[in-house]
Amino acid sequence: MKEAAIPSGAAAAIPAAAPATGSMLRHARYVMAENPVTGVAFGLFVVIAVAALLGPYVVPYDPLASEVADKLQAPSLAHWFGTDQLGRDIFSRVVAATRLDFLIAITSVVLVLAGGGLAGIAAGYFGGWTDRIVSRLADTIMAFPLFVLAMGIVAALGNTVTNIVIATAIINFPLYARVARAEANVRRDAGFVQAARLSGNGEFRILLTQILPNIMPIMMVQISLTMGYAILNAAGLSFIGLGVRPPTPEWGIMVAEGAANIISGEWWIALFPGAALMLAVFCFNLLGDGLRDLVDPQRRT
Amino acid sequence: MTRKGLSRRELLKSSAATAAAGALAAPAVWTPARAAAARSETLLLVTENGPNNLDIQGLGTNRPGYEASWNCYDRLIVNATKTLPDGTLSYDRDKLEPELAEDMKVGDMSVTFALKKNAKFQDGTPVTAKDVKWSFDRAVSVGGFPTVQMKAGSLIKPEQFVAVDDHTFRVDFVQKDRLTLPDLAVIVPSIYNSELVKKHATAADPWGLDYTKSNTAGSGPYKVTSWKPGVEVVYERHDGWVGGKLPELKRIIWRTIPSSGNRRALMERGDADISFDLPTKDFAEMKQEGKVKIISTPISNGMYSVELNVKNPPFNNEKLRQALAYALPYKKIMDAAMFGLANPLFGGASNKVTSIAWPQPTGYVTDLAKAKSLMKAAGVGDGLSTTISFDLGDDVTCQPIAELIQESLGQLGIQTTINKVPGANWRSEMAKKSMPLMVNFFSGWLDYPEYFFFWCYHGQNAIFNTPSYQNKDMDALINGARQAAAAADNATYDKDVEGFITQAYTEVPRIPLFQPYLSVAAQKNISGYTYWFHRQLDYRSIRKA
Amino acid sequence: MLTVIPTLVGVVIVTFLLTRVLPGDPAIYFAGPAATPQSIAEIRKTLGLDRPLLAQFVRYVDDLAHGDLGSSLSTGQPVVTEIASRLPASAELTLFALVISMSVAVPLGIVAAVRQGSWIDHICRVVATAGVSLPVFFTGLLLVYVFYFLLGWAPAPIGRLDVFFSAPTDRTGFYLIDGLIDLDFETTWAALKQLVLPALTLGIFSLAPIARMTRASMLALLGSDFVRTARASGLDNRTVIITYAFRNAMLPVITTLGMVFSFLLGANVLVEKVFAWPGIGSYAVEALIASDFAPVQGFVLTMAILYVALNLAIDLLYGVIDPRVRLEG
Repeated sequence: MKEAAIPSGAAAAIPAAAPATGSMLRHARYVMAENPVTGVAFGLFVVIAVAALLGPYVVPYDPLASEVADKLQAPSLAHWFGTDQLGRDIFSRVVAATRLDFLIAITSVVLVLAGGGLAGIAAGYFGGWTDRIVSRLADTIMAFPLFVLAMGIVAALGNTVTNIVIATAIINFPLYARVARAEANVRRDAGFVQAARLSGNGEFRILLTQILPNIMPIMMVQISLTMGYAILNAAGLSFIGLGVRPPTPEWGIMVAEGAANIISGEWWIALFPGAALMLAVFCFNLLGDGLRDLVDPQRRT
Repeated sequence: MTRKGLSRRELLKSSAATAAAGALAAPAVWTPARAAAARSETLLLVTENGPNNLDIQGLGTNRPGYEASWNCYDRLIVNATKTLPDGTLSYDRDKLEPELAEDMKVGDMSVTFALKKNAKFQDGTPVTAKDVKWSFDRAVSVGGFPTVQMKAGSLIKPEQFVAVDDHTFRVDFVQKDRLTLPDLAVIVPSIYNSELVKKHATAADPWGLDYTKSNTAGSGPYKVTSWKPGVEVVYERHDGWVGGKLPELKRIIWRTIPSSGNRRALMERGDADISFDLPTKDFAEMKQEGKVKIISTPISNGMYSVELNVKNPPFNNEKLRQALAYALPYKKIMDAAMFGLANPLFGGASNKVTSIAWPQPTGYVTDLAKAKSLMKAAGVGDGLSTTISFDLGDDVTCQPIAELIQESLGQLGIQTTINKVPGANWRSEMAKKSMPLMVNFFSGWLDYPEYFFFWCYHGQNAIFNTPSYQNKDMDALINGARQAAAAADNATYDKDVEGFITQAYTEVPRIPLFQPYLSVAAQKNISGYTYWFHRQLDYRSIRKA
Repeated sequence: MLTVIPTLVGVVIVTFLLTRVLPGDPAIYFAGPAATPQSIAEIRKTLGLDRPLLAQFVRYVDDLAHGDLGSSLSTGQPVVTEIASRLPASAELTLFALVISMSVAVPLGIVAAVRQGSWIDHICRVVATAGVSLPVFFTGLLLVYVFYFLLGWAPAPIGRLDVFFSAPTDRTGFYLIDGLIDLDFETTWAALKQLVLPALTLGIFSLAPIARMTRASMLALLGSDFVRTARASGLDNRTVIITYAFRNAMLPVITTLGMVFSFLLGANVLVEKVFAWPGIGSYAVEALIASDFAPVQGFVLTMAILYVALNLAIDLLYGVIDPRVRLEG
């Protein structure tokens, strides 16, 4: 199958082991100066991570506490983002949702790395039947309309956060498998791998301790894109009714439920979680670009 | 190195398409050429779902399908219309009018109808008693919902239906039942063009269900001229209709628009004429805004309730159920789910009722202290965990209710997980009778309390008896009430009805919440909307100024 | 090309299993209210659901071989007919969206590449990424709110055609093409107006990958030897960018288009729900929620075949355009 190859003359140079930390930091500073957007993305990422960790402890209201008498209030000093149809404070819910969405993003990525990434490396490294099976599997999944496959999986297994994560991992499997396969293939006979072989390391050991760490920087780009995609996927599923269960605060389901209120003028119910969601996905996407610049300037897009 | 001018030109050239798009500023929805004439004689109805079958006697026909049947077929008799105190029109439960029949003679164990001699089907052939008999036989033979509905009025066997001559039709009773006559006026006993349908019947499909699924073969005021499933239904008026006053609207277009926000937008901008399945919140808000007309009517014989499975633990414990009945945040629920468009069914004088009004309030109120003490008495002082389920298709109303209940029960130590069940599975789950706690809605077509109780509390354990409640005393009271009604014995009837309501409220397998309103949004130039027990739109009476 | 067959086989098997694993019993659904265990069992028998799984699968494959995709339980129509009538609706929408998207993304990518590192480059990246960072249904609803509800510029989101127009004679199923063939300009114009908002929604979503790819390949090319030679030879900038760099840059963009197209067909589902678009996306979603197997299976199979065919076409196109690339993948 065709890869979207950039028609430059030389094949990608095989990166050696990571450079020393000092020069790494210098390189990082250079990249950020070159591309301020990346710097902003990094900063945003830190904010999101902090909100995910500390958010639920510092919110002004209990995200789950309803106060029907105050329902559907516009943003005000008492409720910075307004209240929803049960009178819950939207600001608290948006902040509290950071944790869940961050969790969804990270676990999706970990799962697909463990599944698709490892399968891909094995396919690229060993070739032969491993390659054929993994490639066929990836092709079969790719042939499905991916969102409908996710819907089917969640409908079949039940709409819990776990299943949403599993569905996201499955539909991203082909992408990770392909990229990992390509990278492992290229490194199969690289110097450091041959050295490891000579030292008597077994094949699987080489896979896990040499190749996997070496391709991680490349995978990081995919990872950040997938994190954004996982959150959008959860939102889409919520719109159909297959998202997380109420009353869990999660950006996607808050947007889906608030969407019907846009026409009736209660724009704040969908807008604030939507903005948070967009900001997070945006941040992850730009981060992917920045990481790519940091790690492998040759592949800069 | 690059000149500034070049790239801008490039940009502009390749964006020509997008620029052109901006010039599409045409505020009118249709060109003037077709506009005026077509518009005033056509009604544009928008709802979330369309029919999946145009024949109510078909297999698995959904509610929108009932609407198609109602407007395209005649029945022998129909309920009259009355005007409610607030000026809205509604069907009259107690008065039946001729529709296909011109005369009705009620005997002791039978009723005879004289059919209108000039009645014609939409293809021009005359309606005869043979068609009526065939249709009735069909209704009791196809099985499923239609047959069960016929049975509710003691219309059970084809032998009961006799075509005396071409224009006389008789129904013999198997027993005296007050519900027989009203049951003849519901949607199910429609009169089909038997010759036409028989032409399309096969050995495997003797009643021609496949044909009537996508073709209307009736004598009613409208016929379906085009049906694109999931998209739209187009009706044209049947000018030879004799069942009543000829309707004013010549054409009805019914479009399926899944997004409720868009439906509201269409109504508020005047691009659609009428819609009746918007979220209650939108109705309440549009009522205040006053841009469109909102008509709300309490749904007869209907209520939203919290249903508890009384067969399995933990809710087979009566004291626990009563604890729940005191724990529910009733006022908050009504406010959050119905925005004031409902009648409360809580906070009455007592659970021991003294009238036969139905539905009527229970004696429960929100009283957490009482709930806690009842829980202790039930032996569940430590709390428990359970699931609260509802139909995903109704989540606009049920979800806020479920979330508020979850919060309140949490204060009692009862942890609940919310379980939204997609539409098709909801029926399965109801049939399985395994859901411990549900938020559900039921409304009976025939507006009599014994009818509601027959479906929801009787030991026959119909699918609507979701609590799986079976109690001999209750059955005796329900059967007693039905017999008393048939015999016109008001004293016994009242006693039995009050008895079964009291028992239902005391043992509380089902905690009534509120009686919802059915609301309809219409442009200001639309009049004649009539509320019907089947809660679907009747096009006959609607007029466009 | 032979690799196509195991893929399709895999798709058929997985789809069949997936639909059988969906919760919900169609037999109960169609037995209707007040169903008794007997009527449910009867219906189950009619639907063939009481046979063992393997027997059902064999029957399914047999039907497939005869071109029979079964019938939808909720609409009662044969799945093949419904897909055939709804596919053009989705395809027209997706293609139109791609046209809009490309007309913005490609120039954006070119400009970003030509002015690499400048503020235009950053703005382009931000705009493209923003489009793909919002859930697609949210974008759709916002557009409806602003352009229909508030401004009244766009027509009602009521489907492919306003109620007072009837569809043009069905030749391709694409209203724009059929309308033009019929010389019915009013209907064509009406159909075009209805297309704008949903296509815009989808288009915004696909801006990013196309812009990104264009920029990447333009960049790579602008630094390549033959472009440098062209410049050194004194050719003016416009010729260099358009004739040399752009033409070659389009190759990987075409490949990306293939991926974007199939990705859009999946995102279609949500847009069709918002705009009441009678496409196969909304068809599949409704069927899925109703546990209606046949349409879901038919939809997935159709999409898989389309995807495979598309990739094949792109491979062939690639081979034709670029002789260097005529090797086995």
